[in-house]
Amino acid sequence: MRHVLSALVQNQPGVLAHVSGMLASRGFNIDSLAVGETEKPEFSRMTFVVKGDDRVLEQVRKQLDKIVSVVRVDDISGENPVERDLMLIKVGVEATKRSEVALLVEMFRGRVVDITHDTLMIEISGQESKVQAFIDLMRPFNILELARTGRIALVRGRVESGETP
Amino acid sequence: MAKTTSPGTPQTGADILVQALINHGVEVVFAYPGGASMPLHQSLTKYAPKLRTILPRHEQGGGFMAQGYARTTGKVGVCMATSGPGATNFVTCLADAKMDSVPIIAITGQVSSHVIGTDAFQETPIVEVCRPITKHHYLVQRTEDITRVVKEAFHIATTGRPGPIIIDLPKDIQQRSIVPDYDPPMNLPGYKPVRDAKKEQLEALLALIRGSKKPIIYAGGGVVNSGAAPYLKQFAEKTGIPVALTVHGLGGFPSDHYLCLHMLGMHGTVYSNYAINEADALLAFGVRFDDRVTGKVAEFAKHGKIAHVDIDPSEINKIKFAQVPIVANVAEVLKDLVAMIDANPALVPNPSAYKDWMRQIDEWRENEPLKYQHREDAILPQYAIERMQQILRDRGQLDDTIVTTGVGQHQMWAAQFFKFNKARSWFTSGGLGTMGFGLPGALGAQVAHPLSTCIDIDGDGSFLMNIQELATAYTEKLPVKVLLLNNQHLGMVTQWEDRFFEGNRAHTYLGAGFEHEPYPDFVTIARGFKCQSQRIVKKGDFDAALKEMLDSRMPYVLDVLTPYQEHVLPMIPGGMTVRDIIKA
Repeated sequence: MRHVLSALVQNQPGVLAHVSGMLASRGFNIDSLAVGETEKPEFSRMTFVVKGDDRVLEQVRKQLDKIVSVVRVDDISGENPVERDLMLIKVGVEATKRSEVALLVEMFRGRVVDITHDTLMIEISGQESKVQAFIDLMRPFNILELARTGRIALVRGRVESGETP
Repeated sequence: MAKTTSPGTPQTGADILVQALINHGVEVVFAYPGGASMPLHQSLTKYAPKLRTILPRHEQGGGFMAQGYARTTGKVGVCMATSGPGATNFVTCLADAKMDSVPIIAITGQVSSHVIGTDAFQETPIVEVCRPITKHHYLVQRTEDITRVVKEAFHIATTGRPGPIIIDLPKDIQQRSIVPDYDPPMNLPGYKPVRDAKKEQLEALLALIRGSKKPIIYAGGGVVNSGAAPYLKQFAEKTGIPVALTVHGLGGFPSDHYLCLHMLGMHGTVYSNYAINEADALLAFGVRFDDRVTGKVAEFAKHGKIAHVDIDPSEINKIKFAQVPIVANVAEVLKDLVAMIDANPALVPNPSAYKDWMRQIDEWRENEPLKYQHREDAILPQYAIERMQQILRDRGQLDDTIVTTGVGQHQMWAAQFFKFNKARSWFTSGGLGTMGFGLPGALGAQVAHPLSTCIDIDGDGSFLMNIQELATAYTEKLPVKVLLLNNQHLGMVTQWEDRFFEGNRAHTYLGAGFEHEPYPDFVTIARGFKCQSQRIVKKGDFDAALKEMLDSRMPYVLDVLTPYQEHVLPMIPGGMTVRDIIKA
């Protein structure tokens, strides 16, 4: 089972190292981990994609929660969250094939963010499956480099919670 | 919480830290100085009348002294070292404290802020190193933060599941002067250690008991740490349920009680392991289903439903699924259960309901007691321990005796043959299993309990690992007693070699040749430290020698030569089950 965990953590040096070290030393497999500041500068949000059965997931959650700098952990997979992954992909394309690629970019609602005489850099965001599909479509065009943020996710609507500080 | 300076006077960071320790009730620190912690030590001399500083002879010794202090009092033990090698010498102490849930605070000097990250002299990123082996950790970045960090450290170390904290304090932060606020707000939005059991959960636990014919209590360190021992006794007596104890649970329920089945697990009693295996309800109080207890997890207590009470949510369902999981303080839970039973005795069966169960247990107890061979030609380690307890009891000293150990055979024999009746009268390095723990551990206990008899039952391998602390014993006038069971071998490894490697000795012999005198000469070493010592070989000399040690007002090492061929029994080999128990 694939789960998306969303953790609110104190925005302090070392928290990411602590969390990733804990996951590694306890042998938990993480598909993706994204971290960034939240609306409150004193907190960051970490979004994890974890694969495992319920028991593994329960332990991941509890071990995360046990870290003093981790403020709260939610498994949001069951709440139909909005999930996004952002990718920058650089492909080697001659001028003759540019319009073909540009059409695909448009169909995926991506953007061309850099252009040289023989390369294009494209920005794509969306669900994992969409990002993956775009990568597959770009393969014939000589992918030069690729970078992805990892999954970020938020639950839809107003989340009722007395525990959020 | 007296303050020595009037508000508004600037103080150095070092003074602020020391004052903050005093404000938090610290009466002793175990501190070894060095370049990056010199300002702290200068401050310690200033506050000397209020705060005793004990100088260990190795930082690891200081860390284990802090543990001995903490484990026998429940209060925070504080140790201090300089940066780099001083700090890394705390690593084992912190890992040990994390495994056994001991509240210690290690304060380390760090190189000055502006050179952090430059590979400066005696620089290590100790917070990075210690992250997974502490409950929490701080690299202090401003002198203004010291009082908040100390306040948070004490709060975190002592609440919830206790654990170790490291505070790394760069030298410039120690030297800078500011006007401190000694009562700043804490900033711990993610730390919620206190959880209460719900009434329905307690009712579910009692229902589990009502549905059971063969219940058993499996009690561990959480009972001792939370102060649950008196409530556990009441609960066991009111329900008539027998109690098996982990190595850290010993003393949490009186050994001489009819319902006590003593230690369970790898080297536990045969009857406690049989009882766990047969039980139809396992009441697990303040335990973590360690592999030394369970053996093969799938087979452990497989006939029974499990109620698991622990303060740490991550322990619930970690190893074994619990039908009744309760995240709460064990003492509170047991107190509430006793109150519920008092208010309505019908909530649990009459203790006589377990007549058949207890008859079965009695039969096991009678047929398979802990035993060892009786020999006149040698002092067996089991005999030495059992006899020492009898002598202490006959002298009326037992209630004021605290015992600790190194790690290995002697540790297990101490757990088996010294019968503990009082919580915190016994402590040992159980989780990490750190050799060299005993002597500094006993010293820390002696500092906290100056009038008690603090005994380190040790092996020759373990004792040698922190033997330098005899200097601390002498100079700080800490009259600890070492019962050294000297078999010239790493006994436990030797035992495993005998059982699993055809007796091939792979660097487990510590002497200098069987044709020579036992090596090293511990008596001469001890005397070199100005401690008293003698060596005995004959069983007939044991009583007199032990009495001489107990009568001494000095640190004393009684070097008892014992045969190395003895094995700790019974034994359930790692990963196996009660059916595989080795009895001889």
